[in-house]
Amino acid sequence: MIKTRVNICGVEFKNPVIAASGTFGFGREYSDFFPLSKLGGISTKGLTLEKREGNKGIRIYETTGGLLNSIGLQNPGIDGFIREELPYLEKQDTVIIANVGGSTIEEYVKAVERLNETSIHMIELNISCPNVKEGGMAFGIKAETAYEVVSQVKKVCKKPLIVKLSPNAENIVHMAESCVKAGADGLSLVNTFSGMAIDIRLRKPVFDNIIAGLSGPCIKPIALRMVYEVSKAVNVPIIGIGGIMNYEDALEFIMAGAWAVQVGSGNFINPYISLEIIEGIESFMLEEGIEGLDQIRGVV
Amino acid sequence: MKGYRRTTVKSNVEIATNIYEMKISYPYAFLGCPGQFYMLKGWKAMDPFLARPISIADVEENTLSFLYEVRGKGTYLMSKLREGDSLELLGPLGKGFDTNVKGNIAIVAGGIGIAPMIYLLKSLNSRVDFYCGFRDQAYYIDKIKEYAKDIFISTESGSLGHKGFITDIFKAEKYNVVFTCGPLPMMKKVWDLCKGKKVYMSMENRMACGFGACLGCSIQTKDGMKRVCKEGPVFSGEEVFFCD
Repeated sequence: MIKTRVNICGVEFKNPVIAASGTFGFGREYSDFFPLSKLGGISTKGLTLEKREGNKGIRIYETTGGLLNSIGLQNPGIDGFIREELPYLEKQDTVIIANVGGSTIEEYVKAVERLNETSIHMIELNISCPNVKEGGMAFGIKAETAYEVVSQVKKVCKKPLIVKLSPNAENIVHMAESCVKAGADGLSLVNTFSGMAIDIRLRKPVFDNIIAGLSGPCIKPIALRMVYEVSKAVNVPIIGIGGIMNYEDALEFIMAGAWAVQVGSGNFINPYISLEIIEGIESFMLEEGIEGLDQIRGVV
Repeated sequence: MKGYRRTTVKSNVEIATNIYEMKISYPYAFLGCPGQFYMLKGWKAMDPFLARPISIADVEENTLSFLYEVRGKGTYLMSKLREGDSLELLGPLGKGFDTNVKGNIAIVAGGIGIAPMIYLLKSLNSRVDFYCGFRDQAYYIDKIKEYAKDIFISTESGSLGHKGFITDIFKAEKYNVVFTCGPLPMMKKVWDLCKGKKVYMSMENRMACGFGACLGCSIQTKDGMKRVCKEGPVFSGEEVFFCD
């Protein structure tokens, strides 16, 4: 009997495939395709204390092997989430990870305090959104600033706390160590890479913000390398993210040391991608005689 | 809803420079309402990475028609598809036109914005006036003539009909319901001419998923941010042009 189950920071996931924040809304759109209970978990669209409308101008721009986005944390705010979305998510029998963004430490702390009293299972602190001025990303570059926000949040947080790292950090291993020292119970990596595109006819950047976040299969090898390096350096569970498009990609991350993976941009081009990845992992385990994921986790 | 379905191309013809009409075999019960769209992917592997949102031009039994303009890599690759080639599509998606309208109705289309209007024209309960503007070459005229009460044509080059914009000859005062699709400045002009009337407009935007998850196509409306792919692509004029 194979077991795809995995326990991360005391939270039981029925399988290691989680929908990545910002690519899955609050699940509703995908429930038209399949029961959300099939997923290991769902990381919500990035939530901020107050409702946000997001960025103006072009928000999505395709590039070879991926896409650039500049959505800018459009979300209903913590209260809107608790009122409108959480009651629905609660019924889905899957792990709910609240992804929390912010512009100031106070904002992060207040948002987490509000979520403490709800039914969410876990918090993923987004210190790495590139699309909001002074928002998240500022905390995701320097290990010292990240330490500050994570330790302040940890003081009030009553849920298991995962910190989502930016690949744009000055040094991803130092960043990871710093977050763990500040009290992170786990880490997820990576968020999008800073990128840009130029409209050559207009001779102007495509995005109003100039810089946007790059995701998709084009980032996978770099994300994988970062997960590998971080998993060797820290002793907390890691969730691997970055351009995962099939079960082989997911297994690479697990063998590099990830306890679970998040699937992001792939959801856009195939809403069933996570289910296909779950099935692929199960068949691989059967073929290879692997009984539990711990047998292959971090084997590389 | 099913995910992407693989099906085959029946025909793919260039009906004007860079404008293609593609017919696709689609042997399923529900093909979609006027104004709805599909995400189309006519290439293998992942380059281009995203599928392309294309509105339904027409439906016949087991056949979907799409009218599209070659604008970039995706539509270029689409234009190279031949009879029997396979492609993947997801849909129908979005909220279409309200066809249950009464009164004096007009359709105003600009350029490739004509695409969703033929199916709409066929689906309305009565024959209505059709205004269509083009840059130079006109297309789909015969098909429109078959179903429209009157047809009014403009070209910027003067090659056919009125020389100039379609909004120059659009007699807004004759109608109380107007459907429009085309460049935003044209639709804005239609809205300005139609103050107080019911105006339905079909919007377009870049989208990654087409089913409401990415928020890439969100636009500002009177009632906050709305997704072109989910709450749209058809919006009422006052929802979009709420500022004035």
